[in-house]
Amino acid sequence: MAVVTLRIDGQEVAVPAGSSLLAASRVAGLALPVLCHLDGLTPVGACRLCLVAIEGQGKLQTACTSEALEGQVVATNTAELQKLRRMAVELLFAEGNHVCAYCVASGACELQAMAVTVGMDHSRFPYQYPLRAVDASHPLFSLDANRCILCSRCVRVCAEFEGAHVWAIAGRGRHCHLVAGLDQPWGEVDACTSCGQCVEACPTGALFHKDDSTAEKHPHPARALQLRRLQDLPPRPDR
Amino acid sequence: MTTASAHDPTTVPGATAVTGSTAPAARPRLRLATAWLAGCSGCHMSFLDLDELLFVLAERVELVYSPVASDIKTYPEAVDICLVEGAVANTANLELALQLRARTALVISFGDCAVTANVPALRNLLNRDGRGGAEAVLQRSYVDLADGSGRHPHAPGLVPELLDQVWPLHAVIPVDLYLPGCPPSAERIAATLLPLLDGQRPIQAGPAMLRFG
Repeated sequence: MAVVTLRIDGQEVAVPAGSSLLAASRVAGLALPVLCHLDGLTPVGACRLCLVAIEGQGKLQTACTSEALEGQVVATNTAELQKLRRMAVELLFAEGNHVCAYCVASGACELQAMAVTVGMDHSRFPYQYPLRAVDASHPLFSLDANRCILCSRCVRVCAEFEGAHVWAIAGRGRHCHLVAGLDQPWGEVDACTSCGQCVEACPTGALFHKDDSTAEKHPHPARALQLRRLQDLPPRPDR
Repeated sequence: MTTASAHDPTTVPGATAVTGSTAPAARPRLRLATAWLAGCSGCHMSFLDLDELLFVLAERVELVYSPVASDIKTYPEAVDICLVEGAVANTANLELALQLRARTALVISFGDCAVTANVPALRNLLNRDGRGGAEAVLQRSYVDLADGSGRHPHAPGLVPELLDQVWPLHAVIPVDLYLPGCPPSAERIAATLLPLLDGQRPIQAGPAMLRFG
């Protein structure tokens, strides 16, 4: 197996060639903040929280989508990066309608926890109060778009594991929003198998079990990785 | 006693240490206020949950204005620290916010409503394309959802007028310290107030101090 060695925050690490900088940073014992990344899903670099500075490159790169290369010198926690990360989280709060006080995911929400991680005690950006809908047409689950941060974990878990391709992100810029099927009510999408993996993968309270009330969502985001491991097993001879 | 003229978030009122070799003289008691804007009073209830710590506070501060502990109606001058609960939703909230800023050295956004506008700001969703505002809220609450006999309340001078939009406190005045939580726990309030009494700035980090909701 080919190995590349690089330096992350002053620490020498060796990882298999083809690893991402995020994986390499974990080998170095660092925990880069992530919201859109979920182990087991294809990385997309949507949330911008895992930005790192690679020496010799003018632009900051998302560690989840960048390949670790031989001889790279990478900084993951400079003052500038800390500033940008806090700003990104403040913008996420200002962009949607996030009210932790009565949210189904409070206590288990990755956005709420990320605000603590980046030291956000308030948002310096004006709240936008976008008009977003709640889709409660599915018999088991609901989508509250007010709480959606467009991380696309649901889109990916549905496409990559269930193969159902129920979710997609439509629109451009601040009009981006999650759509089910052909922009239909979720409950009318035949392709949905009601497997609930999107709910487990959702980092916020945007997708939730109908039975759950305030602070009652307890998602299982590690399921995607477990499924990936099952998929990667060699085929059983009896099949 | 510190005066409330200059607003400098890096200084902490009462931080002027006792100088000289004399025995540590009693520090002048800090003038503490609490104010209640558009909120449910839950943050004040949490303040009362300080329990026995309230006795310590009573010895070390002079509570000069508070909806839960005083009958004084006018916000006094030269206040050292003010805990402000609630968002800014009507003209009375706005007036009090401006007044307390002018008369207070250290203003603390106390709880999620003051910090984020939180639940009171849900009515901002009735604003569409710059239209709507207070009228849309009154229409929705008193007419659309009424059982047929609804009409707009009208009592000028008696009830404060709604602002077109609900704001977090820092959108209308400079805020020196943020104390999130819905409500902030008594432990979080204590961890904020106790250092301030000793002239220290509290460390606002970690889930115990920062988590919203």
